[in-house]
Parts: sequence; C-alpha cells; structure tokens
Amino acid sequence: MAPDVIRALCDRAAATIIEHAQELTDLDRAIGDGDHGINMKRGFEAIAAQADELSGMAIGQALQKAGMVLVMKVGGASGPLYGSLLIAMGKSMPDVPRSGSEFAASFAEGIEAVKKRGKSEAGQKTMLDVLVPVLSAIDNEGGDLLSAARQAAEQSLNATKDMKAIKGRASFLGERSIGHLDPGARSSALLVNAVCDVLEAKV
Amino acid sequence: MSERVAIVIVSHSPDVARGAADMVREMVGAEVPVAWCGGNPAGGLGTDVAAIQAAIRSVNGPKGIAVLVDLGGAETNSEMAIELMSDELKGNVVICNAPIVEGAVMAATEAAGGASLEAVRATAEEFHS
Repeated sequence: MAPDVIRALCDRAAATIIEHAQELTDLDRAIGDGDHGINMKRGFEAIAAQADELSGMAIGQALQKAGMVLVMKVGGASGPLYGSLLIAMGKSMPDVPRSGSEFAASFAEGIEAVKKRGKSEAGQKTMLDVLVPVLSAIDNEGGDLLSAARQAAEQSLNATKDMKAIKGRASFLGERSIGHLDPGARSSALLVNAVCDVLEAKV
Repeated sequence: MSERVAIVIVSHSPDVARGAADMVREMVGAEVPVAWCGGNPAGGLGTDVAAIQAAIRSVNGPKGIAVLVDLGGAETNSEMAIELMSDELKGNVVICNAPIVEGAVMAATEAAGGASLEAVRATAEEFHS
C-alpha cells in the first residue's frame, strides 16, 4: 500500500477521533467511566505523531506498530481492544491487499482478536456490534463495499442504543444501559468511516 | 530473590494501589515482595501496560507472581501486558479474580507461608466478603 495512503489513514483516523473526543466522553459518561474520548484521543494523537515512520512501512507492519502504540498509550480497556484488532489485522494483511475479500479476511482475524481480548461476542453492546456487521457487509466480492461498510456502521451503531450492556463497566448499570449508544461502537463507526473516506479518495 | 510468591497490585488509581500495597506490608510483613502501579500513561485514572510490566519485572522470582486488579481496563491491560512479556515470565504470572484490597491481603498471607502460586491464587479467589 502506498505510503501516502498509510499517512492519510493515520491522519484521518486521528482527526475524527480528536474531533469527536468530547462526544465519546459524553457517551461513556452516561454508561461507562467517562474516559473513552480522552483515552482514544491520546492513542490516536500518538499514532498521528508517528505517521512519518508508519507510512514508510508495509501496511501489515504499520498496522501492528499502530496497534502497539494504542496498547501502550490509551490507558483503558480500549487500548488492548483496538490494539489487538490492529495487531491481528496487521499480522494477516498481505502487503498489497488486492480485493475486498482479502481485506475482509484480515479484518475477520482482527475481530477474532477483539473477541478473545474482551472475552466478548456481538450482541453485548460493545464495539463488536459495529465491527461484526461491517465485516458481514464487506465480505463479498461485488457491489460498492465502501458504501456498504458505511451503511452497516451507521445502522449497527444505532442498534446499540436499545441493547443492554453485558460487558465492561456499562454492564453494572444493567437495564439502565438501555437507551444510550455504546461509546466503543461509536468510536468503531467513526474509524470505519475514516477508513472509507481515505479509500474513497484513493480509488 | 524471594522464596515467596510475589504480589502485584494494579489499580486505576495510584492512591488505591499504593494504599493496598501498604496494607499488605503492614498486615503481612515485608517477606512477601509487593509491587504496585496505578494511573494511565498520562497520569490520570487508568492503567498503563508499560507500568504493569515494570511492576511485574520488579518482583519477578522463582515462585511466581499473583496480580490483583480492580475494574475492567485494569484486567484487560494486565492480560495484554503479560501476553507481551517473555514466555518464561508469562508462565509465571497469574491474574486473580478477586477484590483488589482483600484479595491482595489474602494472597500475601498465603504467600507468606511459602505456598505455591496456584494455592495463592485459590486463596485470593475464595475470598468473599
């Protein structure tokens, strides 16, 4: 993958997380511990700060390195969760992903790592409730995959509102977690859209 | 190098972690190695993978290390920290599913008698207030 694409991915992902940090914090304050925005911002600022180095790497290496940055910098559970996603994607990503299904295969590896790290499955009001539907939407050869990914992200994010949290701090709230978007699902949807923005501009 | 299982305390708050470690030293004595960490990499509430690894390394010994954590991210970050360490060290560290303060004191009490890592973990995990 071209260095400018990797740089654009770093910049766009960081920009969207920074722009929405307050919103993520507010969502997390409602049903979690209120640190998701600030933690993600710290992690993605660190990634943006290393964009020069990352853009000189093959995409697989760059993803693994960016994942380690999140693991070391975020300071909340989202660090190991997003970090494990990127590390596992990076390990399985071909240097030049040639098709949507090759990308989807790596994305699936990443999602498995998130499930393992979080001891979680889709349906528990977490980031997986966006990532898993997005994977289903892009795991085919035909059609406009980027539009499909965006649409799946938006619909699945909104669906977290009526879910009851079973994992993480929000699960302490039980029924009271219903009626709020999940902050991890929101950050996942933001990042899916950031990746789509970059790929759309390059295709 | 200590002949006792060591205790590592990982809290979102440095004050909680330090306080729990103080209680262990006060109630159990100095023969059980205790390390603690708390706070995110920027100094706010949270946990820090590098700090967890440093705490584990600081008390590493032949009998192993029992880690006590507080909420959510402390456990996830501790699991990640351990997974990223050497195979040798990894096999020597367990995370106890126990309340952080009571678990640390119970684990250290068991460790003080020279118990194995498995016995220390079992004692911590048996504790219910």
